[in-house]
Amino acid sequence: MRSVAIVVYSQLMNGFRNRWILGLTILFALFAVGIAYAGGATSGHIGYTSLATTITSQASLVAFLIPLIALLLGYDAVVGEREQGTLLLLLSYPLSRGQMLIGKFLGHLLILFIAILVGFGLAAGLSSWQAGGSDLGRIFVAYGIFILSASLFGAAFLGLAYIVSVRAVERTRAAGMALLIWFFFVVVFDLALLAVLVGTGGNPAERVIIPYVLLLNPVDVFRLVNLLRFGHGAGAMTLSGAVMHGALGWLSLLGILFLWGIIPVSLAIWRFRRSEI
Amino acid sequence: MAGVELIDVHKKFAETLALDNINLSIPEGLVLGLIGHNGAGKSTLFKLVLGLIAPTSGSIRVLGQVREPGRTPYELQVQIGYLPEVVVLYGQLTGREVMDYFGRLKGTSRGQRKQLLEKVGLGPVANKKVKTYSRGMRQRLGLAQALLGNPRLLVMDEPTTGLDPIAAEEFYDIIDTLRSEDVTIIWSSHVLSEIESRVDEVAVLLQGRLIATGTMDQIRQRIGLPVTIRLSGRFESVGEQVKAECARYGDVDVKDADHIEIRVADAKKIKAVAALAGIPSLTDIQVEPPSLEALYDHIVSEQNRSDRDA
Ligand SMILES: Nc1ncnc2c1ncn2[C@@H]1O[C@H](COP(=O)(O)OP(=O)(O)O)[C@@H](O)[C@H]1O
Ligand SMILES: [Mg+2]
Repeated sequence: MRSVAIVVYSQLMNGFRNRWILGLTILFALFAVGIAYAGGATSGHIGYTSLATTITSQASLVAFLIPLIALLLGYDAVVGEREQGTLLLLLSYPLSRGQMLIGKFLGHLLILFIAILVGFGLAAGLSSWQAGGSDLGRIFVAYGIFILSASLFGAAFLGLAYIVSVRAVERTRAAGMALLIWFFFVVVFDLALLAVLVGTGGNPAERVIIPYVLLLNPVDVFRLVNLLRFGHGAGAMTLSGAVMHGALGWLSLLGILFLWGIIPVSLAIWRFRRSEI
Repeated sequence: MAGVELIDVHKKFAETLALDNINLSIPEGLVLGLIGHNGAGKSTLFKLVLGLIAPTSGSIRVLGQVREPGRTPYELQVQIGYLPEVVVLYGQLTGREVMDYFGRLKGTSRGQRKQLLEKVGLGPVANKKVKTYSRGMRQRLGLAQALLGNPRLLVMDEPTTGLDPIAAEEFYDIIDTLRSEDVTIIWSSHVLSEIESRVDEVAVLLQGRLIATGTMDQIRQRIGLPVTIRLSGRFESVGEQVKAECARYGDVDVKDADHIEIRVADAKKIKAVAALAGIPSLTDIQVEPPSLEALYDHIVSEQNRSDRDA
């Protein structure tokens, strides 16, 4: 446990040192506050609808951003140390491979979490200020769920990055692979699904299966959690919202997102433990 | 108790048999030089001892504990220091931060980290980033981290490769102080001459096989390599007579008119020197014991010969 904590701490310090944390926080805060402010201004009134619109817009934005950031943070975790020759040294210390990987993962996740928390915490503050003090409970619950789901979402892609990093021999290849993963989940997956639906006109069998196919993409799961939270009306505007209609509730989806958060990193650990260094 | 013991160890990577039936026992407190060309299997042997990889077959015991595949138990690893072949460390961190990170993992005190940095002469640059360090400074930082927690076993993979002579000399001094503290040290090199006078015993690896172990004297005696006697003088005037005299003791190699070398069996060395000292035009006489280089070449050629015969 102590060893894991030492690795987490060192990873976190690196995050402060190389300004990852600062940069990400500013990035998130700019986007979050920008959308919250613009959302309030355009809709002209403050309240439930406005909060829903704001959060769903923020969710669709970070649905692109967080995977990219998580992959960039994580692809380097093992292959970077392998390439610079510190991996052997580190593992000669009283530190198992599992402890090393968990420590790095938690450190990276904490970096991501701090940036999300501060960035979107500011947005939550702005919303409360706009709401003039009413609806505080709802705003904080909404942002609480948003921050939680965004962190699990980040964990999913960090885990995927770690799988890449454990298997890679060269950093550059790992980076390429990470970008491919981003492209697949963020762009290709939904397009392919759309193509199938358009091609067949959506027969009844597909209507049953496709909501569950969506669960295979954490990007969709994350978006849906934050869409369906505001009732079916809010989600129906989007493809995935319409497809998911009635199949699973947001809480079950949050559970799925949790699985997405822990399964990839577990696979990375399993793989790391049985590989030759 | 043996510091390190390898019994019937094989290690195979895909096609390559990196280590072939290694049996080696290193008593506690011994300084062992592990010698071999590139690809001989030195680094692989170290990784096995450190528990970083598992042997294909055979067993390994380190400080009394059996190595189990995939396990690096806390109580054992804290007693081992490792200086890897390529020491890059973390360029973005300062020397102190590197020592803090590794030192915490080994549960050392802040005081020791500071003291070690000073011991290797990095005190003044402790707060500078490692990427600004020279090759020699990095190597010293590598040594400092290897010494964290007062290890009972120190494993150094080609530690002086790329060091300038002064840095290497400082390095040897630090190793000498450790010898007196009864630390078991395994130290690999392909710069053979540097190891000879600084280790208690040597082990010679050739293509994954251990082809000789023991003290330098034991190996010399067993192999019976000749010593070289170098004569200098104005031999032109004396001519064939000198050559004939020299040939009575061993193989003669006339370098030029002024220099002759004779390879003499160790047992005949004193008699030969006494007799040859009487040569009239002699100006200098030198006796040179067989170097590790020569030993190594000899063992290798023997090995190749027996491989051909087999
Ligand atoms: N991870 C590995 N995968 C495949 N072959 C390896 C690996 N590590 C070492 N080898 C091979 O094993 C042999 C011994 O290598 P090594 O122990 O690094 O030698 P040395 O340190 O004496 O130069 C070499 O032929 C090398 O190519
Ligand atoms: Mg090597």
